[in-house]
Amino acid sequence: MSNNVAIAGVGISKFGELWDKNLRDITLEAGMYAIFDAGVPGADIDGMVIGNMSAGRFTGQEHLGALAVDMGGLGDIPAYSVEAACASGGAAVRQAYMAIKSGEHDVMLVLGSEKMSDVNQTEAMNTISVASDWEWEGMFGATFPALYAFMARRHMMEYGTTEEQLALPTVKNHANAVHNEIAQFQRAVPIEVVMKSGLLADPLRILHSAPITDGAAGLVICRADLVKKYTDTPIYIESSEQRSDTLALHDRKSITTLDAVVSSTKAALHEAGLELKDIDVLELHDSFSIGEIIITEDVGIAKKGEGGKALEEGITEIGGKFPVNTSGGLKARGHPVGATGVAQIVELCLQLRGEADKRQVDGAEKGLAVNIGGTGATSIVHILGR
Amino acid sequence: MAEQGVAQVWRRIRAMYRIEGNMCETCNTYYFPPRPVCPTCRRKGKLELYTFKGLGKIYTFSIVRQAPEDFKRQIPYVIAQVELDEGTRLTAQIVNVDPEDVKIGMRVRACFRKIKEFGSGGIIVYGYKFEPVMKVTGHE
Repeated sequence: MSNNVAIAGVGISKFGELWDKNLRDITLEAGMYAIFDAGVPGADIDGMVIGNMSAGRFTGQEHLGALAVDMGGLGDIPAYSVEAACASGGAAVRQAYMAIKSGEHDVMLVLGSEKMSDVNQTEAMNTISVASDWEWEGMFGATFPALYAFMARRHMMEYGTTEEQLALPTVKNHANAVHNEIAQFQRAVPIEVVMKSGLLADPLRILHSAPITDGAAGLVICRADLVKKYTDTPIYIESSEQRSDTLALHDRKSITTLDAVVSSTKAALHEAGLELKDIDVLELHDSFSIGEIIITEDVGIAKKGEGGKALEEGITEIGGKFPVNTSGGLKARGHPVGATGVAQIVELCLQLRGEADKRQVDGAEKGLAVNIGGTGATSIVHILGR
Repeated sequence: MAEQGVAQVWRRIRAMYRIEGNMCETCNTYYFPPRPVCPTCRRKGKLELYTFKGLGKIYTFSIVRQAPEDFKRQIPYVIAQVELDEGTRLTAQIVNVDPEDVKIGMRVRACFRKIKEFGSGGIIVYGYKFEPVMKVTGHE
């Protein structure tokens, strides 16, 4: 276990279609909340990392590092921008973790941000699909939902996963989001509605898919020996691991398991000196419901092929043995792609600090987040402890 | 400067028109699209050009009902991963079949088709799609 890096404060903007706010508004909001929550003087922050997938295409703005530092009034500190598609947020957390661990920085602001609703639905879809292998998948007509539909179809054939099971992550995550005041959809959805929603790419439907969302999330992270100076409720990053896989889904031996998730989770548990049974709460990347089912298996909550069954048995509900996506997940909290990985860490911190209100997992001490990019070509896992 | 899409498509014509990839003579693995480095053998690999036979079976598929602008006129269309007889998979549309009749494991062969137009008024992109094999062609 390497408790060298701690989280002093967290912040998150409202998630949703925020037509009255632009990229810099939401980014600043999340950053300010994190700084106020940490109680850290701005002068102590010596570096900033921002995760963002595609502000250039979504809003026409790039150079987000400089933008965030400028808007935040953080002076001339170095500002880094990182991109790993939907895992950009997790990548930002990991970059800051490594920068502090290396000794180069002491106190850093980590941001994740995406403003997606300034373009129309078609352009948003085009922009997201460049997370896959655009020249050899997208250009031949494979939309992003179609690639996850490929996985779903194989999972149904190989393991007998049912359409009912495919709907369950949505039902659970919407129920959790009812109690999350920043979530995009704070309402429950009955299973019949999910199963009758419009088809995007058979067998995947609109309510199996995370929405288009504007939103930002932030953390103040620092050297563990400094954290008590700022907060009485520090959360420690016990491990951070990242693995890669082929960019194109068709190059994988199997498409019903995400190898990078399996290996990064295993490495993160090993690094933290923990086993899965020690984990109390998880945020797993549910950009499509089949993604949550597959990742539930790949982290080890269920045996391969039994992710749907684990959902049926309520193992991943709040109150179950392994609560997954207490925040509402990407489906119901919303999925501003570059912000998602940071938002997952914000939720785990609230859970471990006992501040998650009606969605609180009693006595949660260890949390695990899986943030993936594209169809699993990047997987980033963080384990937090209090 | 090239017109939008022209150079981007032109430089891939051999692969897109003929399903030309490569194979590593060291580990006997076929790659499509052609890879610059064999990921298994790396510097010990020996990559040679290889034109795929264009026969295979459907590994997985979906029926696309919401598509970006360039594909809107084609919806609903079948997109699939085809496992070629050489063992390599690629992503392509399945045509000349009722979408409801497509099944995993169905034998298919490559055909040459218009893929899409590159934006409005842009160049026309041609390449491979796949269709069910028919007895008259002798491909089973």
